[in-house]
Amino acid sequence: MSDVHAPRPFSEPSPLARRLAAAAVVLYAVIAILPLLWIGATAFKSQADAIAYPPKILFTPTLEGFVDLFTVQTHQSHDFIAKLPPPATWWEKIARDRDMVIAGPSRVVERFLNSLIIGFGSTILATFLGTLAAYGFSRFRVPLADDLMFFILSTRMMPPIAVAVPIYMMYRWLGLYDTRIGMILLYTAVNVSLAVWLLKGFIDEIPREYEEAALVDGYTRLQAFRKVVLPQAVTGIAATAIFCLIFSWNEYAFNLLLTSSEAQTMPPFIPFIIGEGGQNWPAVAAGTTLFLLPIVVFTIALRKHLLRGITFGAVRK
Amino acid sequence: MSEVALDRVSKRFGATQAVSDLSLTIEDGAFVVLLGPTGAGKTTTLRLVAGLERPDAGGIRIAGRDVTRDSPAQRDVAFVFQQYSLYPHLSVFDNLAFPLRSPARPTPEPVIRQKVNDVATLLRIADKLDQRVTKLSGGQMQRVAIGRALVRSPSIYLMDEPLSSLDAKLRAELRIELKRIQRELGATILYVTHDQTEAMTLGSRVGVIENGRLAQVGTPRQVYEDPANVYVAARLGSPQINLAPRSAFPELAAPARATTVGARTEHAEITRANGRRASGRVTWVEHLGDQDHLHVQLGEQDFVTLADPDSGLGPGDDVAIALKDPLFFSATGERVRT
Repeated sequence: MSDVHAPRPFSEPSPLARRLAAAAVVLYAVIAILPLLWIGATAFKSQADAIAYPPKILFTPTLEGFVDLFTVQTHQSHDFIAKLPPPATWWEKIARDRDMVIAGPSRVVERFLNSLIIGFGSTILATFLGTLAAYGFSRFRVPLADDLMFFILSTRMMPPIAVAVPIYMMYRWLGLYDTRIGMILLYTAVNVSLAVWLLKGFIDEIPREYEEAALVDGYTRLQAFRKVVLPQAVTGIAATAIFCLIFSWNEYAFNLLLTSSEAQTMPPFIPFIIGEGGQNWPAVAAGTTLFLLPIVVFTIALRKHLLRGITFGAVRK
Repeated sequence: MSEVALDRVSKRFGATQAVSDLSLTIEDGAFVVLLGPTGAGKTTTLRLVAGLERPDAGGIRIAGRDVTRDSPAQRDVAFVFQQYSLYPHLSVFDNLAFPLRSPARPTPEPVIRQKVNDVATLLRIADKLDQRVTKLSGGQMQRVAIGRALVRSPSIYLMDEPLSSLDAKLRAELRIELKRIQRELGATILYVTHDQTEAMTLGSRVGVIENGRLAQVGTPRQVYEDPANVYVAARLGSPQINLAPRSAFPELAAPARATTVGARTEHAEITRANGRRASGRVTWVEHLGDQDHLHVQLGEQDFVTLADPDSGLGPGDDVAIALKDPLFFSATGERVRT
């Protein structure tokens, strides 16, 4: 280094501070990721390995957990299984090795699809409505704007489950009980207030001069919104979408209450995977791993925006 | 290009009367400059013409058509904003092409390419087309902002202090460039500034605006030599016009209603007293580099003129001030003509 004598700018952290910060981040990452790795590992263990004590770090991986997750099986006697024709598939073989016979597919795929449809459906709807509402609050003179914004926020003050019974009865009456549409609408209603508040902050940060320039350049307000505001709000929208998705993806209580067979999502379904003996942790872990994947993929896909979205306004002007 | 006319336009924001009863016609091909201090209503006037604000009263016509209720897009005007307002998510090229890509005026892509390249060459930013606008210097951003207006051929170009955020050298350079471009294109421009040099050098006509009212419109020479009131006289000229009570010059012949005498450098002849009755004493010679300002104590009054470098006058010298054809103003500040 040629400029060792140049004084370090006041705002820059010292090398020691940097190293300490990096160590803290690594330590926290290990603590946060360890349970996820444990779940991922358990999904590939046998039932015996999963409950072994001391826990097994090294084990022979097996797909038993996944086979149990995706199929419904019945226990049969060894003699009965011996009389059957040889297993046609590898998963049948895995079942039969444990004296089980596959009776048919489980409902996990349906539940997973429900989670995707309801989670992403309500996220898209809440973000879409939230963006438009936030733009309106940010740019137009709305009568009682402050009161309306407070009202929107106030819908989040009460724990949603406090109104569970009225909603249950309302959904019964409206025919929304146990429907995907019903769940999408409910999660959208809960998320939209968060979306409006978050997005109004982001859109307030975008100077209106850009839209005025676009208006003069020959665009209508809606076209200016699409061409000028949306591209600049994309970080905020991405951050908002992640928050919304995480809520509706994880929601358990309402889904348990308002669905039975058609619109059930993964969260209420996962506890039932454990089986009658309450021992099938590998299948639970397999289901949980599957459940985690979309959030991981979605967050990684938007991580650039998420990071910028959170630091937005502090950096740029 | 076409004539733009504001007819008794007023606009109020809450308690502030931003523009009141303003009438102004910008002829086809004219370069009209509105000159006034911050908050005088210059920008509001531009925004009213652009359609970014609706007037409370009065009307605006472009090429004979009443556009008072039209949206900005329908008016076919181009606006250069003081703060550039370049689209930060787009490249220089896409910023320049943006007005041409509007659904309101479908332009084939090769034509867009051609026009953007022409304007970029004109403004000497052709080598920056692929860059993001956020990577440009202030002067380059300003050129892009002007270029975004120039790619079109609108009824009128509206420019809101487009040179204000540049350093002195670049401002002088772009000023000349702008005037040249206006002549070449025969463009109609309404230009807003608080800088009298810009107003005097750029405008074919200058409108001096005060508290939302148009105090005077005329050629730069007219508003400088023949101001309608004290306010206009004080806006133009450097050093600023000297305003003294009539009583300070008892020997001067003046109209009866005149209560204030206004004198610029060219109205005052300053000579050494040399035994004659002295009217003032030099207190200070201010060296500004390109010119010297001579401060003379005249009774209670500080009288400032440009100093003749050969006069040899210095602090403490007694001088006689003789006025020839100064400007006279009434008690209300109106001009009193002899």
